[in-house]
Amino acid sequence: MNIAALVFYGFATVAVGSALLLVSMRNIARSLFLFFIVLFSVAGLYVFALADFVAITQILVYVGGVLVLMLFAFMLSNKELLKDLQRGASHFFALPAWQSVIIAASFLAILVHTSLQLGANEPTWISASREAGTTLTPTDHTIQHIGVQLMTRYLLPFEIISVLLMMALIGAAHLTRKEAAS
Amino acid sequence: MIPLAHFLIVGACLFSIGLYAVLARRNAILVLVGIELMINAAILNLVAFGRYDKTLYGGQVFALFAIVLAAAAVAVALAIILNVYKFYRSVNPEDIQNLKD
Repeated sequence: MNIAALVFYGFATVAVGSALLLVSMRNIARSLFLFFIVLFSVAGLYVFALADFVAITQILVYVGGVLVLMLFAFMLSNKELLKDLQRGASHFFALPAWQSVIIAASFLAILVHTSLQLGANEPTWISASREAGTTLTPTDHTIQHIGVQLMTRYLLPFEIISVLLMMALIGAAHLTRKEAAS
Repeated sequence: MIPLAHFLIVGACLFSIGLYAVLARRNAILVLVGIELMINAAILNLVAFGRYDKTLYGGQVFALFAIVLAAAAVAVALAIILNVYKFYRSVNPEDIQNLKD
């Protein structure tokens, strides 16, 4: 086993393990910081899929923006923050709701079953790309190509996304504004 | 090179954990974290398949779009959560039972 595979499985273990800990923890502040670890290790997994620009964007947008926003919302919306933090380890894990466990486990079973069958009957476009030699290699300059594609082929979705982002920001500002004194 | 199926299995694990968080947690912020986990699993699948697409880069470009959409969704959802908290003094989805006033 080479070192790259070792690092990949390390990242995968950290991601899945902290996600499991995240959903089983009672303390929300700890869960949010575990979410931080999950996002970082998933960004590491993106690098192994040869998508380094997506990994950097993940760290910038999620870790820098979304997570700070979530911490703000948590601290603004929790009266019992200090009580939670001081309660200690007596209620470290929450009891799982068994119906949700069953639904999530059956989803996991179906998805893993489907993924394992992918090796036997591969989609034709993947085999065609492998034969034509158009799969990404670690020495490719992906960022330059992504920039060119974003400004030519994917220009319409790009513009739609930017308009939608502006709508969402205006909507969020409208939702959180103070009511005028009536 | 890591096989494609291993990426998909990691993505499946993250998706199921996110689904469990959405179904079982009693805090709206953690439900939102569960949704983000599911979105991350989907993005992982996009970039894993995008490895076989050197000419168009569809997987990676749409992974970027998905990240931006998720960030916009989080901004709106947190604004709604804060408004709900101002009204009900609670972020438990089970306490929120009225649609209007």
